[in-house]
Amino acid sequence: MIELVDVHKSFDGNEVLKGVSAVLEEGKTNLIIGQSGSGKTVLMKSVIGLHRIDSGKILYDGRDLPSMRFKQVKSLRREMGMLFQGGALFDFMTVEQNVEFPLTMFSNLIKIERERRVRECLSRVNLKESCFRLHPSEISGGMQKRVAIARAIVLNPRYLFCDEPNSGLDPYSSLIIDRLIHEITEEYKMVTVINTHDMNSVMEIGDNIVFINKGTKEWQGSSQQLLDSGNALLDDFVFASDLFKKVKQAARLQQ
Amino acid sequence: MQGLFTSFFKNVGRYAMLMSRVFVLPDRWRETVRRTFQEMSALGLNSLGIVVIISIFMGVIMIIQMKLNFSNPFLPPYTTGMATREMLLLEFSSTVMSLILAGKVGSNIASEIGTMRITEQIDAMEIMGVNSANYLIFPKITAMVTMMPLLCIVSMAMGFLGGYSVGWFSEIITTQEFELGLQFGFRPFYVFYGIIKCVVYGFLIASVSSYYGYYVHGGALDVGRSSTEAVVNSSVLILLADIVLTNFLLA
Ligand SMILES: Nc1ncnc2c1ncn2[C@@H]1O[C@H](COP(=O)(O)OP(=O)(O)OP(=O)(O)O)[C@@H](O)[C@H]1O
Ligand SMILES: [Mg+2]
Repeated sequence: MIELVDVHKSFDGNEVLKGVSAVLEEGKTNLIIGQSGSGKTVLMKSVIGLHRIDSGKILYDGRDLPSMRFKQVKSLRREMGMLFQGGALFDFMTVEQNVEFPLTMFSNLIKIERERRVRECLSRVNLKESCFRLHPSEISGGMQKRVAIARAIVLNPRYLFCDEPNSGLDPYSSLIIDRLIHEITEEYKMVTVINTHDMNSVMEIGDNIVFINKGTKEWQGSSQQLLDSGNALLDDFVFASDLFKKVKQAARLQQ
Repeated sequence: MQGLFTSFFKNVGRYAMLMSRVFVLPDRWRETVRRTFQEMSALGLNSLGIVVIISIFMGVIMIIQMKLNFSNPFLPPYTTGMATREMLLLEFSSTVMSLILAGKVGSNIASEIGTMRITEQIDAMEIMGVNSANYLIFPKITAMVTMMPLLCIVSMAMGFLGGYSVGWFSEIITTQEFELGLQFGFRPFYVFYGIIKCVVYGFLIASVSSYYGYYVHGGALDVGRSSTEAVVNSSVLILLADIVLTNFLLA
């Protein structure tokens, strides 16, 4: 469980996060949604500790990250995995070497055990054997995302962060990635935090949704509660697309 | 002018901070050693070709110019060989060669690290808990500091080879005359002087270029700009270091 308590963050007087409090639960996919520029990425980077927050607490199962020393942050980071928007695979390494990298740096496994674990993770994300020895530039965007997931989970992290996992993917591939993240989260009982503005994934895997508007938390709930929240700002966001207006009308008609 | 001043001190401060993160004990020694050998090959051995070619040509050209412009019946016959030798050992094989490598290796390092920065690969390392500055930059600096003296020695040898080849293939100078010049008043310390300078230049090229790459933000355009800055600034620093070192070692 990650608990945010009154998190404030500003850049040169421009207050981006104006006191966000939220609880991100274990074994569930926690989605952070909101309009472009609302502060989602800043919130996620603050939670991870890439941004120093001005005030507030970020409790990782009770351990407050902002008040930690560098050494402690470093060891907490070994419990984190992160999926970056562009994949952020190391392009001087092959697919296999990318996934092996965290093991080489932080585990005491011998080469054969490492290779076994790499294979395990790569087949968990349904990647074909023929891709293992290719470089990231030689595989498709969707495959890169999957390799990035494999790399993020190779050390069995407790906390998984995904910044817009669907950007640049077609609807079908994003569905596969979404489901994969959801399954893995339940399987390994991780605290997964996903940053997105894709309404399809919100409806598909939104166990716990945090809606951010202009730097404050406007609403929190599950995808079932989303359509009938009664929150005007959230409705503006959710029903911006025609498709979801129709979904709501259809739901009304059925009642 | 004031802006220039503050930006100078800001850069020096950030450079010092980066170096304090580079020079710590690596997370994994084996990995660091492996990466160092890779960089020695990528940055050092891959520069061998350009060093050989340029050094041979410089040796040839120095002899020809010297003979054409300074030949004088009152000068002893060893003048040409001796002057060529001193120029190669003192400045050419260390400073001029390093300036050329600053262009080749410096832009390579800055654009490689800069690309890793803008594609979030460096953030990815930091999130894993890897000290990215140490992992990426330390092997590059170590590789350059060890390979540059070797390249320097190769450059000296190839420069002399160039000089000999003028004797072999033309009437401009005889090999005996050139050889006499090479040996006349030879001071072995000059070879060490060149090597010491190369160690310093290797450190400057690798660390300054890494610095400009590491702090890129923006897009591909900014990576290009930072690699230009890396080359310009490491070249200027090489020349400044040359003045300081010459004062220290020879004066
Ligand atoms: N490093 C920074 N320095 C200064 N301001 C920043 C920085 N990062 C973000 N901001 C500001 O914070 C605000 C929120 O940005 P953020 O990137 O969090 O938006 P977002 O919700 O992730 O949007 P998107 O959906 O487009 O990714 C923006 O107004 C932005 O200008
Ligand atoms: Mg964002």
